[in-house]
Amino acid sequence: MFASFMVNAWLIATIVAVVAGVVGFFVVLRGSAFPAHAIPNGAFAGAAGANLIGVNPLIGLGVFSLGAALGIARLSRRGRADAVTALALVMMLALGAAFLSQSTEYEPAIFSLLFGEILGVSSGQILPVVILGVVCVLAVALLYRRLLLTSVVPEIAAARGLRPERVEVAFLVVLACATTMTVPVVGALLIFTLMIGPPAAARCFVDRPGPALVLSVVLALVTVWAAIACSYRTNWPVGFYVSAFSALVYGVGRAFAARRLRRPVPVA
Amino acid sequence: MHLVIEPGFFSSGPVGTALVIGAVTAVVSAVVGVFTVVRGQSFAGHALTDVATTGGSGAFYFGVSPLLGFLGAGVVGAGAMDLIGVQRMRGRDLATGIVLGLATGLAALFLFLDTTSRATTGATQQILFGSIFTLDPSTIPLVVVMSLATLVVIAVIRRPLLLSSFSSELAAAKGIGLRRVGLLFMLALAVAVGLSSIAIGSVLSTALLIGPAATAIRFSTSLRSAVIVAGVIGVLSTWLGVLLAYDSFYWFPSSQGLPVSFFIVALVFLAYLVSGPLSARSARRGALRAPRPSRVEAGT
Repeated sequence: MFASFMVNAWLIATIVAVVAGVVGFFVVLRGSAFPAHAIPNGAFAGAAGANLIGVNPLIGLGVFSLGAALGIARLSRRGRADAVTALALVMMLALGAAFLSQSTEYEPAIFSLLFGEILGVSSGQILPVVILGVVCVLAVALLYRRLLLTSVVPEIAAARGLRPERVEVAFLVVLACATTMTVPVVGALLIFTLMIGPPAAARCFVDRPGPALVLSVVLALVTVWAAIACSYRTNWPVGFYVSAFSALVYGVGRAFAARRLRRPVPVA
Repeated sequence: MHLVIEPGFFSSGPVGTALVIGAVTAVVSAVVGVFTVVRGQSFAGHALTDVATTGGSGAFYFGVSPLLGFLGAGVVGAGAMDLIGVQRMRGRDLATGIVLGLATGLAALFLFLDTTSRATTGATQQILFGSIFTLDPSTIPLVVVMSLATLVVIAVIRRPLLLSSFSSELAAAKGIGLRRVGLLFMLALAVAVGLSSIAIGSVLSTALLIGPAATAIRFSTSLRSAVIVAGVIGVLSTWLGVLLAYDSFYWFPSSQGLPVSFFIVALVFLAYLVSGPLSARSARRGALRAPRPSRVEAGT
């Protein structure tokens, strides 16, 4: 399980989990679950397109996830945010399907882009992931107070002169950045579960934002490590385990919160 | 004529089936979609498509009809989301997301098993992105019956549904069982998604659900006109998409056509984009229109 070809997988999964835990904490806090689901799908189209014209998939991923983030932010200004997000999402997916229909490699390419291929990570993929991961965490650290204020007490944020739209756009860009680095590893459909399950569970256990953020990262790490171990043992796709363990962690969190003082579950 | 419609379009059997099933599912999706958009449940609608993916891939694995898989999983998913609280506004997205995530994971597993153990090719492609040209004509009666049933349910609950979407307090005061109406609607949503999944694929069926409805609502002043406009946009996009996909086999030297679902989604998306400036113009000319959601609502 810790053979030389697995070292890369463990390393990259750890970075992905840290970033997902940090960014996901704010996804849950801000109720941005739908954009967090939509942007990775845009990234899927980008990777498929890059595949087709033969450039580095990371460029396609970056361009498309950034485009999806900015497009959603732009179109949401006039129109219903959730309908716009849904439409942008399917448009991106359809583009991805069109690109794939024109390319020669078919089934495995779709599968690994959508559901990830963590066990096939090469050494060359590590450096860009590390750089993007550091950028994401730094960006969240810089935006920390603003994100927290606009998410939890929008009135106070407005009184202090913060522009919620700007913070939202900045956050969507961070989300796009996190997506770009994680899609090749865990897949477009499953980075989402990692950004939702562990952070939502963390909020069930702890109330204060700082400790909750740390716990969110820890739970994401546990989820990913356990998923890799099980995937290695059973040969089933790692994405399945990531989503199953994420849901499990969330279920335990809900049960804990329900027992603790028997008060409403802290959601959203 | 041949410039627009390549030879053999109308005499082809698969095209006929595609046009019929496409139109029926587009209408059901559009009607259910209007309520989905008004209730702000686009994410739930989309999540059900991912749940349908799980059902479709599971059905593929166990050798059952994909339609049954789409429908069955959709109904189970709708129940699960209702159970963990999609009815409450707060945390609704989170409950949706958790169900969605778990469903996707299961879909990954089923598709993996499909492609490895059964030596079938094309399962991922077919389930996710649809293949309307390969539909069996014998599924038409089932699709039509399910569609009619869904439309009847929506017609019966349309008033309480609309009232509870705008003001849950008022609806409760009138003695409407919010929970029951919500659950019935989620079930209708699941069936609509399942039906359009066989047409344009489970991941893309969100397009037929949300696109025509969101476009129609921008123009319409009443529920009836919104439903009619949405239905028309849905059917036209589907038919035009089928036509373009059929033609696209002749566009590239490789004679590798583009998928039908790509064209349908692109047309639906285009209609939504164009409708923005158009509805703004008609508003300036003094036409009545539904109030745009306020900034606060759009931002949350």
